[in-house]
Amino acid sequence: MTIKFPAFDYAAIAPILIVFGLAAAGVLVEAFVPKRARYLTQLVLTLGGLVAALVVLVTQADTRVVTAGQAIAIDGPALFLQGSIIVLAIMAVLMIGERALERGGPFVAQAAITVGSEEDRRQAARADGATEIYPLTSFAVVGMMLFVSANDLLTMFIALEVLSLPLYLMCALARRRRLVSQEAALKYFMLGAYASAFFLFGVALVYGFTAQVQATPGAHAGGVDFATIHAAAATSPANRALLFGGLALIAVGLLFKATAAPFHVWTPDVYQGAPTPVTGFMAACTKVAAFGGLLRLLYVAFEGARWDFTPVLGAIAILTMLVGAVLSVTQTDLKRLLAYSSIANAGYLLVGVLAGVREGISSTMFYLVAYGFTVIAAFAVVTLVRDADGEATHLSRWAGLGKRSPVFAGVFTFILLAFAGIPLTSGFISKFAVFGAAIDGGQTWLVIAGVITSMILAFPYLRVVVMMWLSEPGESTPTIAVPGALTAAALVIGVAATLVLGVAPAPLLNLSDTAAQFIR
Amino acid sequence: MQDFPYLTVLTGLPLLGALVVWCLPKARPELAKIVALAWSLVVFVLSVVMWIAFNPGGDRLQLRESYQWIPTWDARFTFAVDGIALVMLLMVTVLVPIVILASWHDADKSRRSIPTYFALLLLLEFTMIGVFAAADIFLFYVFFEVMLVPMYFLIGSFGGHQRQYAAVKFFLYSLVGGLFMLAAVIGLWVVGGHTFDWVALTNSDFATNTGRWLFLGFFVAFAIKAPFFPFHTWLPDAGGAAPAGAAALLVGVLDKVGTFGILRYCLPLFPEASRWFAPWAIALALIGIIYAALLAIGQNDLKRLVSYTSIAHFGFIGVGIFAFTTQAGTGAVLYMLNHGLATGLLFLVVGMLVARRNSANIRDFGGAGKLVPVLAGVLFFAGLASLALPGTAPFVSEFLVLIGTFTVNKPVAVIATVGIILAAAYVLWMIQRTMQGNLNPTLVDEPAMRRDLNLREKLVVAPLILLILFLGFYPKPVTDVINPAVQATVQDVGKSDPAPISGTTTEAAVK
Repeated sequence: MTIKFPAFDYAAIAPILIVFGLAAAGVLVEAFVPKRARYLTQLVLTLGGLVAALVVLVTQADTRVVTAGQAIAIDGPALFLQGSIIVLAIMAVLMIGERALERGGPFVAQAAITVGSEEDRRQAARADGATEIYPLTSFAVVGMMLFVSANDLLTMFIALEVLSLPLYLMCALARRRRLVSQEAALKYFMLGAYASAFFLFGVALVYGFTAQVQATPGAHAGGVDFATIHAAAATSPANRALLFGGLALIAVGLLFKATAAPFHVWTPDVYQGAPTPVTGFMAACTKVAAFGGLLRLLYVAFEGARWDFTPVLGAIAILTMLVGAVLSVTQTDLKRLLAYSSIANAGYLLVGVLAGVREGISSTMFYLVAYGFTVIAAFAVVTLVRDADGEATHLSRWAGLGKRSPVFAGVFTFILLAFAGIPLTSGFISKFAVFGAAIDGGQTWLVIAGVITSMILAFPYLRVVVMMWLSEPGESTPTIAVPGALTAAALVIGVAATLVLGVAPAPLLNLSDTAAQFIR
Repeated sequence: MQDFPYLTVLTGLPLLGALVVWCLPKARPELAKIVALAWSLVVFVLSVVMWIAFNPGGDRLQLRESYQWIPTWDARFTFAVDGIALVMLLMVTVLVPIVILASWHDADKSRRSIPTYFALLLLLEFTMIGVFAAADIFLFYVFFEVMLVPMYFLIGSFGGHQRQYAAVKFFLYSLVGGLFMLAAVIGLWVVGGHTFDWVALTNSDFATNTGRWLFLGFFVAFAIKAPFFPFHTWLPDAGGAAPAGAAALLVGVLDKVGTFGILRYCLPLFPEASRWFAPWAIALALIGIIYAALLAIGQNDLKRLVSYTSIAHFGFIGVGIFAFTTQAGTGAVLYMLNHGLATGLLFLVVGMLVARRNSANIRDFGGAGKLVPVLAGVLFFAGLASLALPGTAPFVSEFLVLIGTFTVNKPVAVIATVGIILAAAYVLWMIQRTMQGNLNPTLVDEPAMRRDLNLREKLVVAPLILLILFLGFYPKPVTDVINPAVQATVQDVGKSDPAPISGTTTEAAVK
């Protein structure tokens, strides 16, 4: 038996390889560069590497190829989503690298030290933060980039693990509120492991289905690449129970990452406990990856089963929107509020995914980018509002912030208006895009649910605005720290993108529209 | 001058002005006030030039400009006005300088940035002009929603008692309506062949059920905005809490967006649904006329009282729109203008009174006419205009609505007439309780109550009084502009005027 080595189109996967190399180089820097120089080296290396990957990606913009033995598909959506992940990751790295707000940065050096011990207090108070965070981020980005271009279920699973494991660890590194941070990491890890198990079991069932189909005379064995699944689902005379069961379990794994209800319960705790820059990274980049994977799975592999999965996933979308909107009304902590709002947004994204038409792909991709920019900017503002104990995230603490620092309150108000979908912000354009696509695809019921939940969701956002502008500042109103250059840059990029994509969205809409064509 | 991009410039100017005023130093509030006033006067002059450039006998939509915006969706910056929109635009540009002048000291007490207040007023003008000038439904929706933001901050930051509650209620009500409309706009875009162009969409037909649902989406948004009973509860709170100038714009202009939207979008786009829903809409309007008038009689707060009177007036406008005759329609549009002038004046005068007494409660007044005779006279005039006394402009419009309705639906006209009697009750009783009778002894202790209207305040009320009188005697310049647009709208709905009084009726009624 001879094993044929699959052909690689190295140019097409160059961006992934560059970020992978970047992550490996980051590990080497940890080993060989003296401690004093590590922070700067890592920061410059990571930002430079990501920018380089982005440049290479742009030169590959016209690539449409399935490579690495059917394992990776580099097509329009893959390139668009990889580019989005890199850009958003650059913003997140800017926030991660911020050291002006807190001595040593927002992270501790060692996550595993017992909370409350003398040693832990010492590291939280004085020691410089972990520079391992940079290679961890790079590894997560590699996983995400691979995830949106994976063309078979096993590659997808590996990518899922590559992106998840660094995130679990990054959640535990918060300098303040160490216990909550560790709890968040553990919770995320446990539930994430379950979700991965579901995913893997689903892969097995789908393999069983394709093998069953292919067992007819003259065919070869089953497979888990998307073309095989598609062909099997289209022609199958066999019992489809295995297919549906497999799809359901795989979807559980993906919807967990996408923070869709009822698989969302980890989200508020993890978003609250994780260091805020990491939360921003998760809210923006992980969402792009999860929905990118979901798009490819549903539009490429399981396209033939659309009429079977749409009602179920539609119900999940409505549940997600409802849970996110209703529960965010009751939140008193800003990070939790943003977490529930992110759940609701996952619901709107699902509406776009389920449109089932080409506009569904392009509008979902547009939404992901627009939301990513806005949400990172939102968390950037959260890092700035602080007192002696770190960030002051309780809503009551934000009272009267508009008087203390009108500029930041104004910026945050703009961000909230974008979340609420007020025109001239990217939030409106993206909602319009996904709802329009869904009506085009005949899913009017989802749009009606989306509109109703948007009404509910406007209330919590407005409550924050009222808090900031219309309440008098109290004794405990924290000050707004002057952002360092890095956070300021991330904030400016995020807010500018929110405005530009709201006023002149045509270029990005065009780009997402031309990119919205999967290959098999 | 025909090729001059009037509408783009007219829309853009206030936005630029808002930015300029916002950037002025906080330490020099007088400068911000003067710049804002001058800026709004320039806008006004431009709108007058535009009025002259508009040809009343010409096409339905004139001064059309169209620029590409989002080609993927075929959303464009398309501006164009018909006679109705033109009148509304003039009303906006007349009212804003007056309101700026009237609000000269409104922001002084609030400890907040004074330039911000005037920047917000100009920003509001930008959105108000945009909403009337847009001829692209996507663009209209954008302005319709964005309009909430400056108004929200005007009420919330600079308002009086209970301003937070009122601002949030206003925002949520309008947003809910807006989101219904968003669903309808998207639906319209999909079934109308992926275009937002008003002209193209009016020419397309929809299935009966689709049309009715879409109509309902638009109608709910406009009914909340107008507001019609039972969607009205936000207006008394917002009107009561807003600073007087902002309240005059809120009731005088913002609410007209609702009725304008029904005339411009609901009727021509969904004629079948409009006819089908008309009885329901008229019923709501009638309930509004009677119910709001009764509530107005019972109010003790001056600003809330004025808010309720306008809900009653919006009932009249609603009846006029859904009667589907040219007379009633022209009356309704004229009413929109006259109501803006009369209620705007009433709000501003009441604001002056409230500012002197530091209270809006009617019980705190009584016999005030003895202290401030000129102010009392202006309030009396504004009250009479608002109850549609012959000789004032609102009379013409109310009369047109009633006869236009009478020819097609006698019971409705009769019930609506009851509203006139109730209007006399709430206005006269309010004036009696505040201005006449024995002097309330606490008033004498308020030094401000001894000061009658100063020059600035006289400059505020004079143009409005003159306009109300002028249009009361000679409304022809306005009706000439409105008439063709209303006629076209009535034709869109598929109704023709009753035979015996068609043709020259409007002229006859006016004379």
